Amino acid sequence: MNAIVEAAGIHLSFAETRVLSDINLAIAKGETFAVIGESGSGKTTLGRVLLMLQAPDEGSVLFHGEDITKLSGARLRRQRRRMQMIFQDPYASLNPRMTIGETLAEPLVVHGLENWVGAREKVAVALQMVGLEPAMAQRTPHAFSGGQRQRIAIARAVIAGPELVVADEPLSALDITVQGQIIDLFEKLRDAMGLTYVFISHDLPVVRHFAARAAVMLHGRIVEIGDPGVMFASPAHPYTRALLESVPVPDPEFERHKISRAARAPAPMSRAGQGGACPYVARCRHALSLCGEIMPPLKTVSPGWQAACWLLETSL
Amino acid sequence: MNETLLDIAGLTVRFGGTTAVSDVFLTVARGEAVGIVGESGSGKSAAMLAAIRLHPPGTGIETERHVLGGEDVRNATEGKMRSLRGRFVAMVFQDPLSALNPLLPVGVQIAEVLMRHRRLGRRMAHLEARALLTRVGIADAAAHEHRYPHEFSGGQRQRVMIASALAGDPALRIADEPTTALDVTVQAQLARLIVQLQRERQMGLIWVTHDLALMAGIVDRVVVMYAGRIMEMAPAGALYFAPRHPYTVALLASLPRLDRKRSPVLPGAPAPPGGVAQPGCPFAPRCSKRIDKCDEVPPLLEIGESLAACWALA
Repeated sequence: MNAIVEAAGIHLSFAETRVLSDINLAIAKGETFAVIGESGSGKTTLGRVLLMLQAPDEGSVLFHGEDITKLSGARLRRQRRRMQMIFQDPYASLNPRMTIGETLAEPLVVHGLENWVGAREKVAVALQMVGLEPAMAQRTPHAFSGGQRQRIAIARAVIAGPELVVADEPLSALDITVQGQIIDLFEKLRDAMGLTYVFISHDLPVVRHFAARAAVMLHGRIVEIGDPGVMFASPAHPYTRALLESVPVPDPEFERHKISRAARAPAPMSRAGQGGACPYVARCRHALSLCGEIMPPLKTVSPGWQAACWLLETSL
Repeated sequence: MNETLLDIAGLTVRFGGTTAVSDVFLTVARGEAVGIVGESGSGKSAAMLAAIRLHPPGTGIETERHVLGGEDVRNATEGKMRSLRGRFVAMVFQDPLSALNPLLPVGVQIAEVLMRHRRLGRRMAHLEARALLTRVGIADAAAHEHRYPHEFSGGQRQRVMIASALAGDPALRIADEPTTALDVTVQAQLARLIVQLQRERQMGLIWVTHDLALMAGIVDRVVVMYAGRIMEMAPAGALYFAPRHPYTVALLASLPRLDRKRSPVLPGAPAPPGGVAQPGCPFAPRCSKRIDKCDEVPPLLEIGESLAACWALA
C-alpha cells in the first residue's frame, strides 16, 4: 500500500488517563478512512495526532514516509500545509469579524503562497468549487446558514491544496437534508483534488456509504478495523455489533420491538476496562474471565479486516 | 377517548418582524406520545414553548383555543402558568446544564420540586428524590444525589433532568431534542427509559426532534413542521410507511441508512425562521412536485389517516 500517513505504536496519556493505546494504522493516498467511536473514545485525539496538532507520548506518525513527530518549526509548518482539519461546528470555526474572502485568503497568505490581492482569484475559484457565489467573499459569516458555513470551512481547508484532510464530525451540527449535500461536496472534492480523508464520526450509516475503510475505537483502542460495507454486515467485535444495533431505523414496528427487547437485556455498565483488560469487558455479554485480564490483540478475520476479541479464538 | 391534556389551535408566534409559527394546532391525550419533527427554523421549539407559555419576552402569541389540563389558559397569569408547569406539564431540554441549577446538588433540586408540587416533607422528599434517581438509572443514587450537575456525564445529566421532570408527576411531558448531543448507545438507553416511564405513568408525551429515525419507536403520532407550518400530521405507521407530503418523503429519504443505498440529495437549505420571501407553500422552492398553485398556501387535506398541506395531493 502506498501510505500517505502511517501511525505506529501510538500511546498517549493526559494526566493519569490513557487516551490512546497502541494505535497502528496506515491510510492510503486517496482513501477515505473513517474513525468511529463514542465520546471519550479518543477518535478526535487520534485525528489531532495524525496532523501532529498533538504529539504522542510514544510512537511515530509517518507522513509520506517522514516521521513528523520528530519535526518542529519551519519543517513541521511546511508539512502541515499539506494537511488540514475541518471541525464539527461551523458556527465556532469561522472568525465572525473577518469577511469570507479574508477567511479564505488567510491560509494562502500565512503559508506565503499569495499576497492578499493575489489571493482574490483563488478565493473566487474555491467558493465556486464548494457551490457558493464568488460575490459572497464580501460578507461575514453571520449572513450564512449552517450548511453554507460548513461549505466555507471546507473551502478554507482545501484552498491551499492539501493532500490530507481530517474532518471531525463535520455533519453532526447540520440539518439532515443538508448533510447529504455536504457528503456530495466531500466526494466531489476528493475526486477533483485526489484528497485523502480521515473522517471522524459517530454516524455509522454515513460511514457505511462514504468510507472505504473504518476503525472502531473504544477507550483509546482500535477494537475493529475493515471495510464498513463488509464489517457492518457481520461485525466481529461485540462492541461494533452493539453500536450497529443502537442505530435507529425509521420503522415504528422495528423500533418498538427493539425497545421492548432491549428492556429485558441487562443494563450496560459504563465502567471502562481496567489496565490490560479489553475495554469492552464491563459491558460485554459474552465476556470470559480472560477478557478482564489480558487485552486481546487485533486478529485477522479476513484479508483487510481485523478485530480485537478473544471470542474470535473460540469456535463460536 | 382518553382525557385531553393539551388542546391548542390557531397558534401563531411572532418575534421581531418574523412569524416563527403559523396556524399550528395540536392535541395530546393521556397515554399518547406525539412527535414533532422539523429542521432548524421549522418553529417546532417555538411552538412548544408557546404551548406552555414559556416563550421569551417580546414574543407575540395568538391562539384560537388553548386548553391545558382542562383549563383555558389564553389569559392565564404567570403565577397560574408557573403552578401548571411542574405540576401538570414538565419540559426536558436538549441541554440539561441550562435547565438545572449549577449551584445545588441534584438531590436537593429534585427534592425541592417534590416539596413544592407534591407537598412532601423535607425528609420524604429526599428519600423520594433518591428513589427517582435510581428509577432513571443512576447507579448508587445515595452517593450521586450530593453531586452537582457539572459532575455528571452528558447522559447521566440527562437522566437527572428526566428525574427532575418526573418529580412533579406531570400528566404531560415535553422533551425537546433530549438525546441529540449524546452517543448512539446512550440515546437508545434514554429513549427506552422515556418510553418505559411514559407507559408506566400513562403520561402524555411530546417529543420534539429533527431525528425521524430515533422517535419511530416512541411516538403514536407525528407532526412534520417546516418554516413554522404543519406540513403533515399522521399516525406513526402511516407517516413512516406511506408519507404523503413531498417534504416528509424527502426527509425520510435523506436519513442515512445501513440497509439502503444513499438517496438523491434534496437541494437547497431549510427555510429560515419566518419562512421564505415569496408567498405560498414554504417548501415550494425545494420541491420537485411544485405546480403553479403552490403560490398559494395549501390547506391541510385529509388523505386516508393523514393530513397533508400540499396542492399536488389535491
